[in-house]
Amino acid sequence: MADLCSNSRKPNDITRLKYTSRNLWSGVLFGIGFAAFIDETLFHQILHWHHFYDRSTTEIGLISDGLFHAFSWFATIGGLFMFADLHRRNALWPLIWWGSVLIGTGAFQLYDGIIQHKILRIHQIRYVENLLVYDLIWNLLAVLIFTIGLILVLRTHRQLKLGAKED
Amino acid sequence: MNNNYIDHTIAIPFEFIMILLFVALLLIYIGVGIASSRYLHLRKWPLYRYVFYILGILCVAASVIGPLANRAHMDFTAHMVGHLLLGMLAPLLLALSAPMTLLLRTLHVTAARRLSRMLKSQLMRIPSHPIVASFLNIGGLWLLYTTDLYALMNENFFLHLMIHLHVFLAGYLFTVSMIYIDPIAHRFSFVYRAVVFVIALAGHGILSKYIYANPPAGIPAAQAEIGGMIMYYGGDAIDIVLIFILCLQWYKATRPRMSVSMGGK
Repeated sequence: MADLCSNSRKPNDITRLKYTSRNLWSGVLFGIGFAAFIDETLFHQILHWHHFYDRSTTEIGLISDGLFHAFSWFATIGGLFMFADLHRRNALWPLIWWGSVLIGTGAFQLYDGIIQHKILRIHQIRYVENLLVYDLIWNLLAVLIFTIGLILVLRTHRQLKLGAKED
Repeated sequence: MNNNYIDHTIAIPFEFIMILLFVALLLIYIGVGIASSRYLHLRKWPLYRYVFYILGILCVAASVIGPLANRAHMDFTAHMVGHLLLGMLAPLLLALSAPMTLLLRTLHVTAARRLSRMLKSQLMRIPSHPIVASFLNIGGLWLLYTTDLYALMNENFFLHLMIHLHVFLAGYLFTVSMIYIDPIAHRFSFVYRAVVFVIALAGHGILSKYIYANPPAGIPAAQAEIGGMIMYYGGDAIDIVLIFILCLQWYKATRPRMSVSMGGK
């Protein structure tokens, strides 16, 4: 146990680099799950903006919704277990992880906003007159979240690689 | 529509037989658990396994006999609650009670070997395969709710019995093909099971919304809507536990064994 404690004081860059992809996967999966969770709790259950089922849903829309709903459940729990795994290996790389969370959240929100809402018509953001405003805010926010995540991941990764070379 | 297809001359012996069956199942498990705990070379059979088993049998019982089961013939919502208990919650609880482990450790060595040889046989590979189990489970539900089978089931006692047996067995098979509590001969990787699980769960969710939009023959729209939502969210709630256990098993299996781990799986 004493070894583990002294290890965890100084993060190991080599371990982190070795587990970069697991940091990425864990973050992206959790991000997708988190976006889906917000979608379900806030927009379906609390605000009642989203409808459980919309008559204009296409068949592919129903399948896409089912697959993403199922996947997001798994992604949330799986992503957190991967997080715990990284933590116990002393391989957690917080900036990469948080960046990946933003990438996952943004990507899912964009997919939901463009493909699922607009093309497959599973349901609209809110059943109001000026839907366009909601759609614009929803999707621009998604792009913003995704971009911030991507920049965070790329910059962090490059910095550590440069640092490793200088050593 | 004839909802009271079970006349009381059949209903009472049926309920009586089922009660006897459930009591017998409870007594056998508890008896075997206590008896096997007396062997010096065996661990005491853990209390929580008894609790899982008793709750599992109670779930089966609640969905087959008693007030909920009686209402299920007239009320689709009650039917759906019963199916969640019978096809998802009971299988999960019973899988967690590890009946096969209990049986194998109690049987005489030669009998136990014969049983485990049987479980390892190529024939057992088919139903315990995650994809086959998913098809039996989710495919069976699609058949039940998107064809006339549901209406037929409510008119034929034998069909009713067979379908309920199938829902339970397919649910159990699905559960044990996904989370490995009992010893399993034909194993599949975590990623493999995770992918199949997500597709099966999606099939379940899609069917729930399909029922919401297209009520099975003879079901009023309002009941189908509530029934569909119970199936959707109830299924989610139980599946979270399955996903959690599956991921926990991955987490334990992948733990680093040395100070410098070799990574990978």
